Parts: sequence; C-alpha cells; structure tokens
Amino acid sequence: MKILVPVKRVLDYNVKPRVKADGTGVDLANVKMSMNPFDEIGVEEAIRLKEKGVATEIVAVSVGPAKAQETLRTALAMGADRAILVQTDDEVEPLALAKIFKAIADAEQPGLVILGKQAIDGDNNQTGQMLAALTGWAQGTFASAVNVEGDHVSVTREVDGGLETVKLKLPAIVTTDLRLNEPRYASLPNIMKAKSKPLDTKTPADYGVDTTPRVKTVKVSEPPVRSAGVKVADVDELVAKLKAMGVHS
Amino acid sequence: MKTLVWVEHDGSAVKDATLAAVTAASKLGEVHLLVAGEGVGGVASAAAQIAGVQKVHVADNAAFGHNLPENIAPLVAELMASHDAFVAPATTTGKNIAPRVAALLDVMQISEILSVEGPKTFTRPIYAGNAIATVESSDAKLVLTVRGTAFEKAAATGGSGTVEAVSAGGDTGISSFVGAEIAKQDRPELTSAKIIVSGGRALGSSEKYQEVIVPLADKLGAALGASRAAVDAGYVPNDYQVGQTGKIVAPEVYFAIGISGAIQHLAGMKDSKTIVAINKDEDAPIFQVADFGLVADLFNAVPELTGKI
Repeated sequence: MKILVPVKRVLDYNVKPRVKADGTGVDLANVKMSMNPFDEIGVEEAIRLKEKGVATEIVAVSVGPAKAQETLRTALAMGADRAILVQTDDEVEPLALAKIFKAIADAEQPGLVILGKQAIDGDNNQTGQMLAALTGWAQGTFASAVNVEGDHVSVTREVDGGLETVKLKLPAIVTTDLRLNEPRYASLPNIMKAKSKPLDTKTPADYGVDTTPRVKTVKVSEPPVRSAGVKVADVDELVAKLKAMGVHS
Repeated sequence: MKTLVWVEHDGSAVKDATLAAVTAASKLGEVHLLVAGEGVGGVASAAAQIAGVQKVHVADNAAFGHNLPENIAPLVAELMASHDAFVAPATTTGKNIAPRVAALLDVMQISEILSVEGPKTFTRPIYAGNAIATVESSDAKLVLTVRGTAFEKAAATGGSGTVEAVSAGGDTGISSFVGAEIAKQDRPELTSAKIIVSGGRALGSSEKYQEVIVPLADKLGAALGASRAAVDAGYVPNDYQVGQTGKIVAPEVYFAIGISGAIQHLAGMKDSKTIVAINKDEDAPIFQVADFGLVADLFNAVPELTGKI
C-alpha cells in the first residue's frame, strides 16, 4: 500500500508571529520556517506503517514556493521514499490544495493519505476533510491511533468529550492530532541520503487546478492586548478579591 | 439570506455550542436548524424553542446516529440547495463535517469566525490567535464554523420554529462507528463552565493534580482543565487540554495553576473575563495576562485557597 503525505512549510512553531505594519499579513521575511508540526506527525505515522510492513512506499507532497523543497527533503530524511513539489508562490487555499491532492491521489492511487489536522499558520483545519469529500473516501480526523486491518483502517479520534473510534473502508483519509506519535529526528546519514532521493517538480496547472483565492484577506491585525492586572501579596488578598467578585464556594 | 445551522446534541439535549452558532447565523439572516441523528424527535422539539429559529429540519435515520461525516455531508449538501449559508459550531463534530460539506459545494470554508462584519465578511484568528484576519468570501454560498466563546448564546427558549422531517440521505457504507470513551463527569463541561481550574506541568504528577487542583474545582463547582504540558506528561486525559490545539474557553474566572503561559495555552484562554494565576516563577508569561497574580508555591497556596474560599 502506498501512503501519500502532504506537508506544509510554515513559520516555525517556536517563533512568535508578528503582524506586518501595513496590515497585509504576518511577517515571514528572515524568520525560521519549518515543517508544520501536525504534518511531521503524519510523516512519522506513515514511516511507522512502512516499518510494520503495512505500507510499501511513502510519497511526500508539498504545495508552495521553491523553498518548500527543504520541507520535502526533511520528510525524505525522516523516511519518505520520494517527493513531489507543486511549486507556486501564490497562497493556496485549502479547497485548491484539496483539488491538487485529489489529482495526485488519482495518479498515485494511495491506500491512505495522512495529513496534519491543521497548519499552524492559517489554522483552517479543512484540507483533509475536503480531500475526503472530493475523493469520496472516508475520513478519520484528529487521529490519536491508526490501525490498518485488511481492507479497513480503524482510527481513534480525539473528540470534545474524550475519544471515539471509527472503522473506515480503504482507501481513506487520516488527519493527525498531537498525541498520535512523537516524530523522529532525521539522522545525519539519512539527511545525506535524502539528497539523492527523487523529487519531482510540478505546478498547479499541471493538475488543472485554478488556485485563484475564493476568500480575500481584507486586513490582518494584532489581537486585542490583554493587560496585566495586579499581583496579590498572599492567599488572603486573593480570597478577598475573588469574594468581591462573587466567587466563593 | 437563509442559514442552516448544525445542531450539536447528545441524542437528548441541544449542546450550548449550538446557541452561539445560532447567534452568529442570526446576524446573516433567517435561521433554520438541522437536527440529524437517530431518535432525535425530542432534540428537534427543544431546538424549535431556541429564540429566533424559524424552521427545524429533522433527519432521523440510523445512518446519522454517530455524526459520521461520510453520511452527514451529502445530506447537508442536499439541504444547501435551498439555503445560502451552512453554519456549524467549531466543535470537533462541526470541524469534522463542515469542510466536507464545503468541498461538496465547491465553497471555501471560513473557519472559527469571531465576528460577522458584513454579509460575506468575517474576522477569524490565525497563527493561534496571534493575529486576527478580516476576510471576505466571494463564493455564492457560505460555509462557516463559529468559535463559541466569541458570540453570546441565543436564548434556549422563547422561539417557535416549525419542525419538518427530511427524508434525504442514508448510509454510504464506507465508515462505521466502533465505540467511544467519553469521560463522564459530575461537573460542568469545559467549554460552557463559568469557572475553570487548570493545572500545569508544575504539579509534577497525576496524584498531585488530584490532590491540589480537584478539591479547589470541587469547592467552586468548576470545570477541570490543563495545559498541553500536563496532558503530554499524562497527569490528565487529553480532553482536559486548553489551548490552540485543545479547547478554546472563555469562562467568568480561569485559574491557571502552575501553568507558565506558553502562547499556545494563552490562545485557548485569554478571552476569559478574569484570569487568576498562581505560579512560583514571577517571570512566568501567564502573569502578563492575569488579572490577579499570586507568586507562590502552588502546593501551599492552592490548599490554603481551597480552605479559605
């Protein structure tokens, strides 16, 4: 079984985003960029399925600028077998992304597509579900456990009240939540080896997908700032403050 | 404009998240609801009482019993032929279903709206709430998810919507529900609680969480929460997590105990009316957003607080 793993290059998890002064977006010039953490979990899960003998080949895909090659090389160094860069400098919305991934899925015929549940820049949480709609496949979103059993996959999902498990017919779409696994670090020899793994470069037009945005960003602003209140000296003062607000047992 | 709001329910009662979605939808136009599930006549009657609701579409079918998006999304897409906007609360169910509906309609969804600025213009958080985007849709129909803490809840009674059965849809046969482990608690749900007591990594163990955090929550009738660090360390189950990737909460009072205040955590609770922080590190970022900060050893301060409050 082949597994397709879309990965996105985003502002590094540890970098504090800064809104540009002109309100057009978040400043991405000269800041550290990394693989979206949820996608990293997706790559790791695919590798584990390959190590278990369930998967035979892992294809990493990224839609983004030329530099997204680095993100794909990271996926290859972790253990993906080959990569496809769908190169564009435009911002591509989840719906258009899902259409590109649908076209790639048609060509590659994977048994599973494993995506991050959301990218930590746009926080849309849409692409996996949209891809499932377009392919007509079942979806196991916010996964904390994935078990392939014959022609089905059972996915344990993190839902508001706890966990739920669904059984999906393959091929299927899985989106990852934080506790699915802990991604490995690529070793130096594997980073060197990744440089010679195949990486194809395509464009959205190669897949016949129009990436013109449907949603226009009018402006991007700083969130309202919450100012610090007061420090209380001890528990008695805190109790007095809380009681004054009507908070007591 | 005619809106179709997804009713989140547990099979017998309408969940609060629905009420915030109704408020958001009412800013766009006429409010219709969709109640899907098995044996949901009671839920539909209750939903019809929500203030401002004109019509309730009820899809009562075993195939809709566990909110499987493979079965629900085609049903919603069909109903959308006579509606202009699909509005779902940004719960794990809403987030699972809405994008599948959007793609079936060839619409780009707008996720977790914070406000309605115009007929097709909304604000929404990006970068874990570190920036707020104002966005305008150019699609013919809208698909939205609504952040529950950003909208007042519509009154659960006072409305008189008509109830209409929907016969569309069925089982697509590609997915099935196996089981759930839903924590049963005798306390309020995190996302609708008036008071939340959250514990962080400084607690050091699951036992200490039980010993220190739980009695304070019990005394105040509060919901229990935790930081991602405490969940990752295994002190509490994942559904306790407050933050960017956990639950977004905005209670009257939020107690952050032994929580340093990473941006991912702040993203989940900074809209709380009053934030109380107890931490022994006076430089912890949580104090920059706390209304009342107490620099103290939580193992002494919290039991003392529990005793005196």
